Amino acid sequence: MQINVTINGTGETRDVESRRLLVDFIRTDLGMTGTHIGCDTTSCGACTVLLDGKPVKSCTVLAVQADGHEVTTVEGLGQNGELHPIQGAFKEHHGLQCGFCTPGMMLVGASLLENNPSPTDEEVRWAISGNLCRCTGYMNIVAAIQAAGGDGS
Amino acid sequence: MSTVHELRTSPEIGGVGHSVLRKEDDRFIRGAGSYIDDLTLPGMLHMAILRSPVAHARIGSIDSSAATALDGVLAVVTGEALAAHGLAWMPTLSGDTQAVLATDKVRFQGQEVAAVIAADPYTAADAVKLIEVEYEDLEAITTPQQSLSTDTLIRDDKEGQTDNTAYTWEAGDQDAADAAFAAAARVVSLDTHYPRSHPAPLETCGVVADVNSITGQATIYMTSQAPHAIRTVFALVAGLPEEKIRIVTRDIGGGFGNKVPVYPGYVVATAASLLIGKPVKWIESRTENLISTGFARDFHMHAELAIDGENRITAMRADILSDQGAFYSDAQPSKFRAGLFHICTGSYDFPAAHVTAKGAYTNKAPGGVAYRCSFRVTEASYLIERLVDNAAHEVGMDPADFRSLNFIGADQFPYLSPTGFVYDSGDYHGAMDMAKELIDYDGWRARQAEQNSDPGADKLIGIGIASFTEVVGAGNSREFDILGLKMFDSAELRVHPTGKAILKLGVQTQGQGHETTFAQIVAEELGIPYSDIKVQYGDTDNTPYGLGTYASRSTPVGGAATAVVSRKLRAKARKLAAHLLEAAEEDLEWEPGKFTVRGTDQSVTIQDAAFAAYTNHPEGMEAGLEGVTYYDPPNMTYPFGTYIVVVEVDTGDGTWKVLDMAAVDDCGVRINPMIVEGQITGGLTEGFAKANMQWITFDDDGNCIGSNFMDYLVPTAWETPRYKLGETVTPSPHHPIGAKGVGESATVGSPAAFTNAVVDALRSRGVTNIDMPVLPHRVWGALNGVDVSP
Repeated sequence: MQINVTINGTGETRDVESRRLLVDFIRTDLGMTGTHIGCDTTSCGACTVLLDGKPVKSCTVLAVQADGHEVTTVEGLGQNGELHPIQGAFKEHHGLQCGFCTPGMMLVGASLLENNPSPTDEEVRWAISGNLCRCTGYMNIVAAIQAAGGDGS
Repeated sequence: MSTVHELRTSPEIGGVGHSVLRKEDDRFIRGAGSYIDDLTLPGMLHMAILRSPVAHARIGSIDSSAATALDGVLAVVTGEALAAHGLAWMPTLSGDTQAVLATDKVRFQGQEVAAVIAADPYTAADAVKLIEVEYEDLEAITTPQQSLSTDTLIRDDKEGQTDNTAYTWEAGDQDAADAAFAAAARVVSLDTHYPRSHPAPLETCGVVADVNSITGQATIYMTSQAPHAIRTVFALVAGLPEEKIRIVTRDIGGGFGNKVPVYPGYVVATAASLLIGKPVKWIESRTENLISTGFARDFHMHAELAIDGENRITAMRADILSDQGAFYSDAQPSKFRAGLFHICTGSYDFPAAHVTAKGAYTNKAPGGVAYRCSFRVTEASYLIERLVDNAAHEVGMDPADFRSLNFIGADQFPYLSPTGFVYDSGDYHGAMDMAKELIDYDGWRARQAEQNSDPGADKLIGIGIASFTEVVGAGNSREFDILGLKMFDSAELRVHPTGKAILKLGVQTQGQGHETTFAQIVAEELGIPYSDIKVQYGDTDNTPYGLGTYASRSTPVGGAATAVVSRKLRAKARKLAAHLLEAAEEDLEWEPGKFTVRGTDQSVTIQDAAFAAYTNHPEGMEAGLEGVTYYDPPNMTYPFGTYIVVVEVDTGDGTWKVLDMAAVDDCGVRINPMIVEGQITGGLTEGFAKANMQWITFDDDGNCIGSNFMDYLVPTAWETPRYKLGETVTPSPHHPIGAKGVGESATVGSPAAFTNAVVDALRSRGVTNIDMPVLPHRVWGALNGVDVSP
């Protein structure tokens, strides 16, 4: 069926199979590979995108469910050539190693900060508890998200 | 003794000791990494694998007609088809053989039986479900004990194999150990199982095989921690000329040992590309990853310590039974069948040890990969640190004091261990003292005494210690090889006319930050800003041969190669500088980035010298400023540290939480302290994971329990403890920049600390052992004297 999805501010119209996953629509049909696949079972969060501003795991959303909605991926985090503060903070605080979980982590973090610019350690940890990282031990991810909030440094 | 590394370069140059930010992050934070599944080639096809639903069965017929008939399917590959090309079996990195696609029997649940090649992944997955296979069930052997007592032969494919033994091995001096035990005042023993675990990097394994049917060129993009070795294995397996094989490893989403072996999926995709003439992609699903590739540990261990009347350890005996699964397919050096498990004498000074090890085939996925570990060092470290804790309690000493009494002294290095290792350097008392101070050890002991003395306490405090010594950075090439390939490593450095440089490595990164760390080594040695140095790896056509990254060998071996090749170039740059300055070489003084004529202000920068190498080199000198080094380390490096964990155990439900943790690591000189600390916090979390939740079990039929992240638990941010880090610096005396390895220390050292902490909380209730993972029901069972295994 035909769907219209606004992705990172740009309208995209495509014919998709009804069973097609949103993550495959993003990665394969639109060629935006910053969204990763880590588990296929909604467990790891590597495929997290924002659907109308809220984090969803795009391996468990059908592309047709995004019809008429807005999707933000890591490629849309920055605006007008400028990085989103959370992107700089992840680098500054060594919040990533292999980088595979990073897009999902940043999107969840950015979404958290929209509602809570100065989250506590526990609030950050709860917010990202649907996203697995196998490299960092999370401490630096928490620090990066906290740093990106508040004063936006 | 512990030293502090003196910074020799400015932050802008970014040499050794600077926590410069990572160069690779710029692409990752933009979602612009290039992982295997991000690669699409023109005309690319997709592969999906049919796997065995049962653990042990003879294969009857395979009917793939319905799958083949499905629109979009190009081929169904079976073991029979591969056998026609001699590809149904392949060698493993431990010198065993492994089925690529099963022809005779399936030997574990999840084993590869057939593969579908289709136009898109959805169709490939559909077609897999249409293949009909007849299985004739056989006895499923799910433990090594069962394996060694049954008449059922798992590896009936192997000529001369008459039982299920995969290997036997021993180290040390049995007579000396037995004599010490005969004279011991006390013997302390421990039986424990280091459970089967899976590295589960967030990115699964995958390949895009592109074999050009006209030129014969095979370009194989794959998730490999050891691309050069894999190229050679592919040449041997497929009989392809090695110059026509190019292995390209792009960004890797974590490896942890999972991406060292050669997996059947890689081989089938390559064979399919060869047969069909189009690129073929195979990306493992998470379930495939967890049930079929890269299992680790599964060591059943019995060990004893002999202790004299003055509470000194005099000897150790250890006997190990490892569950290898159906194929012995982890990568072990050919001389060390149980890896480096004989490092199990740990940080302690005693004269005698004897280690025996046996591996058994079972109907489980092939196991034993070094999961963030240097060839079984993790199991060894866990064993000695658990045993020493029990011994301390047995003799009535504080576990920290008992360790300190028995530590190898800082003045005893280099230290020859009773199993033959030569420890390069260490200061174990220093690390222990710092860890105790960092966590306020005495304060916690006092609080514990008060809280745990109440017989009705519903919360018990436990304090666990692990003072690990690792052995990392294989080789030397005298002793270490993989399939005969000597374990050296390499670096090729080229400084361009404008003073910028490219460094090409034989080692590989899976997220450790090589693009930054290795540029920093060059920056230290040549004074070229780290930001001016491009680091390349993972492309066998464009990097020198190396054995890859695992066993914490990048910095000890590849890092040493980088320092040595940089020094070669500096020696040539000195000649160029002397030429430019019209001075004698011996009159030049070097500081990072600059040669100065002694006693003058006349100087030449490294960039000036590089420019001259291409524009104004002296007569008789070759042009250019480049070189290559193959570094064969004289010894391994021996990182060490002390971790102390404080836990609180709930006696009502057996749950436990970490109240505090201090981790003091000594990995010699730290090249980038920020990256080192990131390795440690990540490693501690994987250690916590194994102690707390992470294991994969099988039922009696060999069904894998733990085929997804809902059954195989790995820690989220919510459960993960916070850590206090400390460091001491005891340089490796034989490494060019004094560095050891660090990527695995915390995963090796910390599981024993967590387990010891929980057991310590329960000591007053008579508990001496709980096996990992220390699950609540096990804790509750131990507290209440109820057998709740597993």
